Amino acid sequence: MTSSINVTLNGEARIEPIGISLAELIASLGHTPQSLATAINQHFVPRDARAARILVHGDAITTFQPITGG
Amino acid sequence: MTDMKNLSKLNKLKLAGVELTSRFFIGTALYPSPQVLSDAITASGAEVVTVSLKRQLQHNGSQSAAAAASNDFYAQIKASANRGNLRFLPNTAGCRTAREAVTLAQMAREVFGTNWIKLEVVGDEYTLQPDPFELVTAAEILTKDGFEVFPYCTDDLVSCQRLLDVGCRILMPWGSPIGSGQGLINPYALRTLRARLPEATLVVDAGIGSPSDASQAMELGFDAVLLNSAVALAHDPVVMARAFKLAIEAGRLGYEAGVMAKQDMAVATTPVTGQPFVL
Repeated sequence: MTSSINVTLNGEARIEPIGISLAELIASLGHTPQSLATAINQHFVPRDARAARILVHGDAITTFQPITGG
Repeated sequence: MTDMKNLSKLNKLKLAGVELTSRFFIGTALYPSPQVLSDAITASGAEVVTVSLKRQLQHNGSQSAAAAASNDFYAQIKASANRGNLRFLPNTAGCRTAREAVTLAQMAREVFGTNWIKLEVVGDEYTLQPDPFELVTAAEILTKDGFEVFPYCTDDLVSCQRLLDVGCRILMPWGSPIGSGQGLINPYALRTLRARLPEATLVVDAGIGSPSDASQAMELGFDAVLLNSAVALAHDPVVMARAFKLAIEAGRLGYEAGVMAKQDMAVATTPVTGQPFVL
């Protein structure tokens, strides 16, 4: 019985504990919740849904930050 | 006719239910420094600025120099927005499909706290021409989801009509390809859009190179102009921002005043009685 899962964060492989939520992952990276937007497997995960979204093996998480644009 | 005391007042722009004084929307990318960006926005008088989202690249704690610089620029606009009357218009730059654009729009709404979205879906890599089919698909989904969609589109009349059919109130046709500075390469098409779509808010977006290009768009009856590179890449972006501000005001005033009709024959300007001298 393994206690961890393999996921990717913005393309980089990571090992995370079983049962970790997206909100917990974002917090562990040092980001404030409102500073970025999140998607899992190319589907948008709204800020208020991150705590309930438990990561599973193979999830591809992407985070987006505000920048200048034309 | 306008009396003298109202001469300097432009008719206000009603954009998505909001009243704006400035008809200049300015992009925030490509500036040489955050301070120049901030000063250029001030000089432009713009009340709408475009912003974007990008996928973060690394999370190992040590931020790259490029990422840190990118944060400085965004922090500068955010500070400007907090001080004054700026509204954010986030874009979906880099999207190739309706699905990508819809996802990015949802994220932008959350991060920037606005339902405005400049919808960009690229269909060709060389010209960065918008994909009209994916654009209509994405616009329909987003308008139903409560977004105010500002589609970056071509000047094709029928695809513009389809965008209005699915709920857009604003259209942003290109003057020429993004960043090309070629100005308005098809004034006929733009004039036709204005004539055929009188109820739509029309904004020329992309391709503007010089202040006279912006004047031309306004004289055609467009409601506003959106540009970025022409200011950001000028030798002096702050002065150029002011040049565009004045050009856009001049073009709009020209449109409201009614440009005289062209004709082939000369018409003498000075009234004379017969010939001054008969020698």
